[in-house]
Amino acid sequence: MLSLSIGEVSAALRKGRLSATELCRRCLNRIRKTRHLNAYITVTEDLAMKQAQEAELRLTRGKPLGPLDGIPFSVKDNFCTENIETTCASHMLRGYFPPFSATVVQKLLDQGAVLVGKTNLDEFAMGSGSTDSVFGPVRNPWSYSVSYREQSREQDPDSDWVIAGGSSGGSAAAVASLSSFMALGSDTGGSTRNPGSLCGLVALKPTYGLLSRHGLIPLVNSMDVPGIMTRTVHDAATVLDVLQGRDEKDSTTVESAYSPSSLPEEFDVRDICVGVPKEYHAPGMSAETLAQWGRVVALFERAGARVKEVSLPHTQHSIVCYHVLCCCEVASNMARFDGLQYGHRSKVDSSTEALYATTRHEGFNSVVRSRILAGNYFLLKQNYDRYFVKAQQIRRLITEDFRRVFQSGVDVLLTPTTLSDAARYSDFIQEDNRTRSAQEDIFTQPVNVAGLPAVTVPTALSSRGLPISLQLIGQSFQDMKLLTVANWMEQQLDFPIIRFHDDTDQERECKLGS
Amino acid sequence: IVTHLPSSPLHNETQTLWVLRGVVGLEIHAQIHATSKLFACSRVAFCSPPNSSVAFLDASLPGTLPVLNRRCVEAAVITGLALNCTINRKSLFDRKHYFYADMPAGYQITQQRLPIAVNGSLIYSYFGGRKRNQVLSRCVRIKQIQLEQDSGKSLHDDQRSQTLIDLNRAGVGLMELVMEADMSCGDEAAAAVRELQLILQTLGTCQGNMSEGQLRVDANVSVHCPGEPLGVRTEVKNINSARYVARAIDYEIQRQKKVLENGGIIVNETRAFDSKSGTTIPMRDKEGLQDYRFMPEPNLPPLFVYEDEASVPAGVNPTQVVMIDRLKAELPELPGVRRARMVDQYKILPEHSFTLVNEDGLTEYFERVVRNTKAEPRKVIGWVMKELLGNLNQQSLKLAQSPVSPEALADLLNVLESGHISSSAAKVVFQEMWKAPEKAVEQLVKELDLGLVSDREKLLKICQKVVDTHPEQVSE
Repeated sequence: MLSLSIGEVSAALRKGRLSATELCRRCLNRIRKTRHLNAYITVTEDLAMKQAQEAELRLTRGKPLGPLDGIPFSVKDNFCTENIETTCASHMLRGYFPPFSATVVQKLLDQGAVLVGKTNLDEFAMGSGSTDSVFGPVRNPWSYSVSYREQSREQDPDSDWVIAGGSSGGSAAAVASLSSFMALGSDTGGSTRNPGSLCGLVALKPTYGLLSRHGLIPLVNSMDVPGIMTRTVHDAATVLDVLQGRDEKDSTTVESAYSPSSLPEEFDVRDICVGVPKEYHAPGMSAETLAQWGRVVALFERAGARVKEVSLPHTQHSIVCYHVLCCCEVASNMARFDGLQYGHRSKVDSSTEALYATTRHEGFNSVVRSRILAGNYFLLKQNYDRYFVKAQQIRRLITEDFRRVFQSGVDVLLTPTTLSDAARYSDFIQEDNRTRSAQEDIFTQPVNVAGLPAVTVPTALSSRGLPISLQLIGQSFQDMKLLTVANWMEQQLDFPIIRFHDDTDQERECKLGS
Repeated sequence: IVTHLPSSPLHNETQTLWVLRGVVGLEIHAQIHATSKLFACSRVAFCSPPNSSVAFLDASLPGTLPVLNRRCVEAAVITGLALNCTINRKSLFDRKHYFYADMPAGYQITQQRLPIAVNGSLIYSYFGGRKRNQVLSRCVRIKQIQLEQDSGKSLHDDQRSQTLIDLNRAGVGLMELVMEADMSCGDEAAAAVRELQLILQTLGTCQGNMSEGQLRVDANVSVHCPGEPLGVRTEVKNINSARYVARAIDYEIQRQKKVLENGGIIVNETRAFDSKSGTTIPMRDKEGLQDYRFMPEPNLPPLFVYEDEASVPAGVNPTQVVMIDRLKAELPELPGVRRARMVDQYKILPEHSFTLVNEDGLTEYFERVVRNTKAEPRKVIGWVMKELLGNLNQQSLKLAQSPVSPEALADLLNVLESGHISSSAAKVVFQEMWKAPEKAVEQLVKELDLGLVSDREKLLKICQKVVDTHPEQVSE
């Protein structure tokens, strides 16, 4: 039951074959069973059951609020949730209970969705492994899957578990381990697509400005977007329809000219042109990822789509451009954390300055602190032109690269999402956060720099039994069109549902009226 | 923002004080008269209990985003228009970073790169000349007007070694007006400030009360020999009332002149005006070389204002934008224009026009009297200046509290004009009207028996009576 899509389980709820409270209880049980994944920081059991009861009432009366009524979901812990602890996985916000909810969270709640918990992440969303959290790292559920364990030489899963990716690893783990049907992540440089890819999920980064950032604790204001994680493309489209739209509280949202609310009934893949950017043949890419990329290109070609190689010449500069701008905005956004109005406050109070300095040193981990220092350096008057302005100019060139390619008749671009399948935690932590981020974000961050929509779709399992995924990049505000192509791709690939050794046959075969 | 070039200390010891002239520029922060703050909907509240008007954004709660207040944009445009500025069709917002307890975000949102209005001017007048009764007209250039956030307030409690923060003011919209260094002394600066206050109050964009912090003036002061490069400037802060503007600036000019005369050099520093001693004192410059690390505000797209409805692009709702022509059409009569009109239309003295425009509602009062009386405006103005204002000032009343209405005064003047009473009698009647506003003029004249007698027989009888009762004087 828990591995059903939103569409399937929603239909079951509406037809009365399943009760919302039963569904919620199952998810909460699943959370308990998968505690070792460390996917959740806060589990909102009582609240979830209450919401489920309310949903059940509406459903039995035949008056659901919509396709998400009664559906359990989780939210990355950098989204504000009213009166529910929101920590950003940092000491700085331990014990912080926001007095308001993020717009995207509220929209889901208003549709009757059931919030089961707040998920783990890299501290303040800085990282690509979900390994730098004060609550400990997140484990990829596939570490315990039949496919991985079968080919692993280790007996003890605690020694060779793999990372979930980051920074929205907890959200990915929640959906991939089947304790949530959908999850909100955030995506600044790939933080939703990266864990989505490593956990074998559909993860959508919408166009910048399509979804409201009000209540999303910012990393880089000019690149952050709320991300959607589901197990099918259709589910992602359902959630997108609920969340998209101008928000008065966020001045960077736009009313896009025409925004379809669902995937089209008819779609002919022969109508589209797929671009394959040659600069995305990165040196660190695994052979299997490369093979999948070729496989899917061939899929499109065989089906009659136009496929052509394209060039995004400034790609090589993107990662540095991204890092400079990211550090600058981080330095600015983190300036508010001084312990005065909220959050951690140091006991040192010899002077205001001492209070500030100690609070910030105690509250932030070294990743956050180093980005703040770098950002302040770049923003100094003497450095501003050379770093910040230069990076913005490069940013424009990168954006122009994409625009030119789309203008030449390309509808979507097809690239890998990550360099390979999920790394073992013990291997991943051999390099520091900065190095890993620079490596892992290579395919994802140019999309954030340009503000475009992109979605990762799982394609196959690797020889290690772990998901490999590919990324589709679309044009600005053509998110539904992007998902339409992704939907076709998903249907061709038939990526397997995750299986665990302790799954009972009953649970696995519970496919209600699909 | 005002640039003063550094110069070397005077090495000619014979140069005396009078050759050095003051150079004064002003940075004025005017609190925008609006219901809510610049980027949040918390109320702009004066004298409210501490921290009772604080939106989530004002407290810098993470995840909050600024939303621009339309009224504040209009106020800045209106003020810019009144000061002959070029309104920038596109302007930008920036973050100015520094840590201070009354600024929770660790940065202030301001307009550093491209402010909303530039290159304006303010014409002001002040009383100069040897007897200070000459109305002298001056012009000061307005470099720019920018929108920015106000900070909260901090109170230092040294006894308990703590600082108390009140965020009611945090986020209130400010217009920062920069006046170029076109002024040369305290009187000029004070007059410029006074005229700006009047203009802002007339426009309704700022209530201009300095003691309540609605208008804050910082002065950039330096001295130089005319023709020579500008001297090193100091910034003078903590000028808390209009009357201190002149005192603080003049003190600082004198101080700098003395320093230079004695062979010293001026240090570029910030000094605070101490009203008790009437001097300026160096402020603890804990910031040292402050680098504000300006960065564009990423949560606010560029601000566009449009000329008129025709220039609003397709797809943009005209009700959602600020249009300059609409605001231009609604500009009220500015003080300078009104003064000129008063002198021109009513032939009153310029000094009187100042008083008329300075007092809230006095022009309207005066004009109503003029409309309702046969007496010449030049006569009316005398009554308004002496009798009316005299009484109001003596009893510390506002014009709105005057017991004598414009119509009543007009009545009195009509009676005077017709010759029924003498002017000295009229003054007595006026005082009685003040005490008993419900009584009509004619009634009071009768009661006080102040009517002029023009009947020849009656006059003869009175004279005869006087002669009869004072025989001694008659014989002499």
